[in-house]
Amino acid sequence: MSRQMMPKQDPEVRRHNFEEVALGYTPEQALQEASRCLNCKKPLCVKGCPVEVPIPEFIMKIKANDFSGAAAKIKEKNSLPAICGRVCPQETQCESQCILGKKGEPVAIGALERFVADQQALEGLGEIPPVEKLPYKAAVIGSGPAGLTAAADLALQGLDVTVFESLHAPGGVLQYGIPQFRLPKDIVAREVEYIKKLGVKIETSVLVGQTVTIEELFEQGYDVIFIGTGAGLPYFLNIPGENLNGVYSANEFLTRVNLMKAYRFPEYDTPVRIGERVAVVGAGNVAMDAARTSVRLGAKEVYIVYRRSAEEMPARREEIENAEEEGVIFKLLTNPVRIIGNEAGEVVAMECVQMELGEPDASGRRRPVVKPGSEFQFPVDNVIVAIGQGPNPILLKNTGNLALNSRGYIDVDPETLATSIPGVYAGGDIVTGAATVIAAMGAGKKAAKHMVEYCKNKK
Amino acid sequence: MEIVAKDNLAPKIVRFVIKAPAIAAKAQPGHFVVVRVSETSERIPLTIADYDREQGTITLIVQEVGKSSAVINSLEVGDSFQDILGPLGTPYPIEKVGTVVGVAGGLGAAPLYPKVKALYEAGNRVIVILGAQRKELLILQEELAAVSHKLLVTTDDGSFGHKGLVTDVLRQVVEEEKIDEVIAIGPVPMMEACANVTRERNIKTVVSLNAVMVDGTGMCGGCRVTVGGESKFCCVDGPAFDGLAVDFKELRQRQRYYHEQEKQAYQQYHQHGQEGCRCHAK
Ligand SMILES: Cc1cc2nc3c(=O)[nH]c(=O)nc-3n(C[C@H](O)[C@H](O)[C@H](O)COP(=O)(O)OP(=O)(O)OC[C@H]3O[C@@H](n4cnc5c(N)ncnc54)[C@H](O)[C@@H]3O)c2cc1C
Ligand SMILES: Cc1cc2nc3c(=O)[nH]c(=O)nc-3n(C[C@H](O)[C@H](O)[C@H](O)COP(=O)(O)OP(=O)(O)OC[C@H]3O[C@@H](n4cnc5c(N)ncnc54)[C@H](O)[C@@H]3O)c2cc1C
Ligand code: SF4
Ligand code: SF4
Ligand code: FES
Repeated sequence: MSRQMMPKQDPEVRRHNFEEVALGYTPEQALQEASRCLNCKKPLCVKGCPVEVPIPEFIMKIKANDFSGAAAKIKEKNSLPAICGRVCPQETQCESQCILGKKGEPVAIGALERFVADQQALEGLGEIPPVEKLPYKAAVIGSGPAGLTAAADLALQGLDVTVFESLHAPGGVLQYGIPQFRLPKDIVAREVEYIKKLGVKIETSVLVGQTVTIEELFEQGYDVIFIGTGAGLPYFLNIPGENLNGVYSANEFLTRVNLMKAYRFPEYDTPVRIGERVAVVGAGNVAMDAARTSVRLGAKEVYIVYRRSAEEMPARREEIENAEEEGVIFKLLTNPVRIIGNEAGEVVAMECVQMELGEPDASGRRRPVVKPGSEFQFPVDNVIVAIGQGPNPILLKNTGNLALNSRGYIDVDPETLATSIPGVYAGGDIVTGAATVIAAMGAGKKAAKHMVEYCKNKK
Repeated sequence: MEIVAKDNLAPKIVRFVIKAPAIAAKAQPGHFVVVRVSETSERIPLTIADYDREQGTITLIVQEVGKSSAVINSLEVGDSFQDILGPLGTPYPIEKVGTVVGVAGGLGAAPLYPKVKALYEAGNRVIVILGAQRKELLILQEELAAVSHKLLVTTDDGSFGHKGLVTDVLRQVVEEEKIDEVIAIGPVPMMEACANVTRERNIKTVVSLNAVMVDGTGMCGGCRVTVGGESKFCCVDGPAFDGLAVDFKELRQRQRYYHEQEKQAYQQYHQHGQEGCRCHAK
C-alpha cells in the first residue's frame, strides 16, 4: 500500500490566494496511512524526532479511532503538534528513519500528527490539568516556539509566568515569518490561547534590554528568567547596490506581509512593493516562503538564486516542490555579485556569476567556486535576501556578563541550558543559530525543567 | 498608553502627553518610540520629545504628513494608542564639549529639544537656530529659548525673525565663533545643507535620520542607511549619525519608495475616514 497523498490546493488557484496550500488528511486517509505503520518494537522513527514523540503509540491510537488518545500521546512530548506537523523537516527527522523508508515510502508521520492536532482543535482547547501552585515567578523573553514552550511547561509546573515580547503580536517566527498559506495564523492564535489558559501572562511591545533590563526583572521579583529571543537579525550579501529601493531582507518582506498584513493594503496601512520579476537569494525555508509570497503578490517571474546545487538546498522538500509547482524558477549554482539600479535608485537588474562545485568544505558540502568569465545580468524589479539570520544584539549588549560564544550566540550549559548569569536560562535560535521550530521547542522544554529545579534549590 | 493632554502647536502639528510609565522611566534624549494606532495601522517611529519620570508620561509631537500621522492627530485626550514600543534607538551622548549649535528645521525642533536641553544642563554653551517656512509653523520657541544661551529664529518668507534658510544663519554663526559641535535635525535636504556648511570647517556634526522603519528593533533591516560607506540600521545604530559621513542621496531615495502607496492611503483616508476604503474589503 502506498503512502497517502495529502490533498492540496491546485497550483493555478493557490498562486492567487493566501489560503493554506496543504489541506490535511480526511479521517479515511488518516486511518489508511496509520495502518501502514508496522508498530515497530524498536521504532527507529522516534530516534529521528528531536523531542522523541512516541510515534508508533500515537499512530496505533489513530488506527483504533481514538483521536483524542492520539493527541494526548503526542502532547506528552510535543505541545505544538498542529504546528510541527506542518513545518517540521520530516524528511530529515522522524520520517528519514522510518523502517518503511528503507525499501519504499516512510509513514507520513507529520501529516498524521497534523491530522490528530486538527481533529482535537475541533473539540476545543481541551481540559487544563489541575496544577499545584509554586511560589515562584518566571519571566520568559521572546514568544517564539522556544519561549511559548518554556512558558507552558513552567505554568504546568505551577510557576507564575509572564512572557515579554517586543513585537505587538506573540508567536515569533510563527507569527511574522512563516506565511499564512503554510501555517494559518489562527493555529498560532489557538496555541497562544491555550498557553494563556494555563495562566501565562503575555506582555507585548516590551523590548527587554531597552524597556526593561534583565537586572530590573530580577529586582521586580522574578526568580528565574528564560531568554528565547531567536535569531532575528537579517544578514545581507554585502554587495554593491544592496541599499537600492526594491531590495528587501526576507525578514522585512515577510514581516510586512505576514505581521503587518500588507497583502491586504490599503485595508491595512502597511505597504509592500513587488514588481514583475523578483529574485530571491538563498534556498532555505525562508527563501521559499519569500518566493511563494512574491508569486501570490502578483509577480510574473520569481527566481530562486542559489550558489550551490539542488541537493544542498536546505528547505523542506515539500516546500521546494510546492514552489516549483507554483512556477518559481530555480537558478542554481548562481551567485549574485552586484545589484544594478536606475536614476531613481530602484533595482532594475542583478549581475551574477555561475558557480561549479569544488572540494568539500568544513560543512561537508562541496564548495561552490566561481566559473571564470561567467558574469551575466538579468532584469529584476526586486531582490529579496534570504541568506540567514544572526543574533539580535539589543538584549545581549544591554545584559552585562552574559557570556556569548564566538558566533555571538548565548553560551549555555548543554545539560541545563543555564547561562553564565545565575537564574537565567536560554534556548532556541538565540543559542543554536537559526534552526527549527521543533528544536526551539525542545530547548524550551528542557530549560523549563531545570528552571523549576533551580527555584526549588534556591530557597 | 492613554493620552492625558493634547495641544495644537501649529497647523497640522500636535503635541501629545501620554501615560507610558515604563517608557518614561527609561527614556533618554535621542530615544524614539514605535506606535500603532489601531489593529490595521502601520508601525511608525516618533521621537520622544520630552518625558516626565515622576508623572510617568512621555511627550510626542506629530506632524500630519500622511494617513498614519493624520489618524494620530485626530486622537483626543482619553483615547489610547493600540501599542507603543520603546524607548528605542541609541541615546544621544551628552557631554560637556564647549559650544554647541542646535539647528532645527520645522518639526525637527521636537527631536532637537531633549538633546539641547540635556546639553544645556550639562554646562555647554548652547546656540539654537530655529527655522520654519513661515511664522505660524515655528514650534517650541519658548521651550528652546529656556534651554539655550542664544536663540536665532528664521523663516523662509521672512514673516518672523531672519528671512532665509537656517543654513544662512548657521554659516554666520560658525564664522563668528568657534563651534565645537553642531546638531542638525529637520528635513533631509536641510540636514544635508547644514553638513555642507560645517564640512568646510570640519566641525563635528550630528544629524538624526528618519529612515522608513517597520519594527524599530533591528529585525527587518528596512531602515538601512549608508554612513561612511557602511550600511547601518537607523533604528539600532542611530537615529543619530555623523552628518559629514551620511549618504543623503540614498536616504532621500529610500524615503520615496512607497510614495504612490502613501498617496493612495492618504487620499482614501480623506474620502472614507480612518477605516479606509471598505468597498473591496472581504
Ligand atoms: C521565514 C521562516 C521560515 C521558517 N520555516 C521553518 C520550517 O518550515 N520549519 C522549521 O522547523 N523551522 C522553520 N524556520 C525556523 C524556525 O522558525 C526557528 O528556528 C524558530 O522559530 C526559532 O524559535 P525561537 O523561539 O528560538 O525564536 P523566534 O521564533 O525567532 O522568536 C523569538 C521572539 O523573541 C522576540 N524578541 C527578540 N528580542 C527580544 C527582546 N529583546 N525582548 C523581547 N522579545 C524579543 C522576537 O520578536 C520573536 O518574537 C523558519 C524561519 C523563518 C524565518
Ligand atoms: C527616528 C524617527 C523619529 C521620528 N520622529 C518624528 C516625530 O517626532 N514627529 C513626527 O511627526 N514625525 C517623526 N518621524 C517621521 C514619522 O515617522 C513619519 O512622518 C510618519 O511615519 C509618516 O507616516 P504617515 O502615514 O503619516 O505618512 P506617509 O504618507 O506614510 O509618509 C510620508 C513620509 O513619511 C515617511 N515615512 C512613511 N512611513 C514611515 C515609517 N514607517 N517610518 C519612518 N518614516 C516613514 C516617508 O519619508 C514618507 O515619504 C520620525 C521618523 C523617524 C525615523
Ligand atoms: S515533532 Fe516533528 S520530527 Fe517529531 S514526530 Fe512530529 S513531525 Fe516528526
Ligand atoms: S519506524 Fe515507521 S513503521 Fe516503524 S513504528 Fe516508526 S513510523 Fe511505524
Ligand atoms: S526598523 Fe527594522 S531594522 Fe530598523
